[in-house]
Amino acid sequence: MVSTYERYAWGLVFVVLVVFAVPWFLWGDARVIRGLPVWLWWHVGWMGLASLAFWLFSRRAWGLWIEGTT
Amino acid sequence: MSLAVQLGIIVGYLILALLIGVAAYRLTDRTAEDYYLASRTLGTVVLLFTTFATLLSAFTFFAGPNTAYREGPEWILVMGVMDGVIFAVLWYLVGYKQWLVGREHGYLTLGEMLGDRFGSDRLRGLVAGISLFWLFPYVMLQQMGAGTALTALTNGAVPYWAGAGLITVFMIVYVVLAGMRGVAWTDTLQGAFMLVTVWAALFWILAVADGPSAATADLVGVAPEFTALGGDFYTPAFVVTQAVSIAFGVAMFPQVNQRFFVARSRTVLKRTFALWPVLVLALFVPAFMLGAWARGLGIEAAPGANVLPLLLAEYTPVWFGALVIAGAVAAMMSSSDSMLLSGSSYFTRDIYRPFINPEATERREDLLGRAGVVVFATGAFLASLLRPGTLLEIGATAFGGFAQLALPVIVALYWTGTTRAGITAGIAGSQAFYLASVFLPFVPTAYGGWGASLFGMALGLALTLGVSWLTTSAPGERRAIYFEFAD
Repeated sequence: MVSTYERYAWGLVFVVLVVFAVPWFLWGDARVIRGLPVWLWWHVGWMGLASLAFWLFSRRAWGLWIEGTT
Repeated sequence: MSLAVQLGIIVGYLILALLIGVAAYRLTDRTAEDYYLASRTLGTVVLLFTTFATLLSAFTFFAGPNTAYREGPEWILVMGVMDGVIFAVLWYLVGYKQWLVGREHGYLTLGEMLGDRFGSDRLRGLVAGISLFWLFPYVMLQQMGAGTALTALTNGAVPYWAGAGLITVFMIVYVVLAGMRGVAWTDTLQGAFMLVTVWAALFWILAVADGPSAATADLVGVAPEFTALGGDFYTPAFVVTQAVSIAFGVAMFPQVNQRFFVARSRTVLKRTFALWPVLVLALFVPAFMLGAWARGLGIEAAPGANVLPLLLAEYTPVWFGALVIAGAVAAMMSSSDSMLLSGSSYFTRDIYRPFINPEATERREDLLGRAGVVVFATGAFLASLLRPGTLLEIGATAFGGFAQLALPVIVALYWTGTTRAGITAGIAGSQAFYLASVFLPFVPTAYGGWGASLFGMALGLALTLGVSWLTTSAPGERRAIYFEFAD
């Protein structure tokens, strides 16, 4: 099982992944880079990052909050 | 000539899928667990694609590009957040938990899992009844999608009713024969096929349009506001409402929720969890950008018409357009066949057996489940002929209805203090509120831009927690059941 510190850290990671999946700070931004809006590039990168984070979670902390919590 | 090519490709595709169904049928035992859950044996690729293909439906394939065409490509972001991130987190929090509990106690449906924990057949029936109620419009949506797609593709040579009817008949035959194993196998084929065709379509259209930069420049010429994030349609409230209610709704959809029970092992769940955002990205970006670029390429889509088939008809050869539409029809079928199968299991196991005939034999239940598929699909087909509302409206309404179930269920999964009265109040109260907002003209559907489904969810959460806190557990409740695993 992971440490208490890591339990909270993973919670924070999930919350951040959800909240910034929409780049709120780019609201109204209409810049286009290589044919796609800037916010779409953010989305592409963010989904890659989310996938990486989920993979790490499944390696290190799978079962957190679910197993052994009676 | 071109009509023959189009129909040949689509019918050929349907027959290929049917052959897979027959192969699966030969492997299927006559038990409910095998028919509905393929005996809990699905591996990574099949589970990933079957869930993915199940999620992608007429809603994604037509309503998505349509929305991008009319309002801008931000729909990619809404669907990406909801399917790629929020749903993935729920895949873990709800899915993994349900998988553990389901494996331990042999549950086949959500209603069964809740009914057993709270010692209540009524709760079980209530959850199944609510699910079937919201499933109906969503099956209808697929038939409408297929009907309009085939009509648009063939320029009206195949009338709407014939297109919708063809898909209905095919699905019935398919589901009655094949069960979960067949559905999952064809979903894998269909998911892969969709990915390939949508990328091929993207490259084709971009080649015609001289690359993404030129295509986007055309788009900005016609609709300068499209590249800016947000706008009159995509307000922050709209984005959050849609993403949250769809993601939570998806997790409670019978055909998705039931997939939480079918993984072969933990490893399968782990891998699918991590691959989720990438898969979502790979499909939504090309599919919805095509919709947005169609606007710049001068495609004129009347309200209610689907953009994607029009775009393909304009810029690609007949056979290719037919192939992509076959992919889209595949998306609808793979959603509908799963929905029919799950709907049938909800009906036979959670309504028929507990309330109508507890003595029913396996054989009788099996027959009845298949008969239920025929009745349900035919009913949805007849209703789809009336064409109520647009694809987006119908889809969003059904998702909202399912979303109401999510929070009471999550509370029950994680808090031993949940009582029968609490979860029943949470489910019934939020459904009553949401139904009122959909059907009663004097109840608003949104408050300051925030959809009623969000308020319904909050109400469901508050009622489940509050009423559980005020009441004690009823006789027959098994409070610890979700926390006892063999390992």
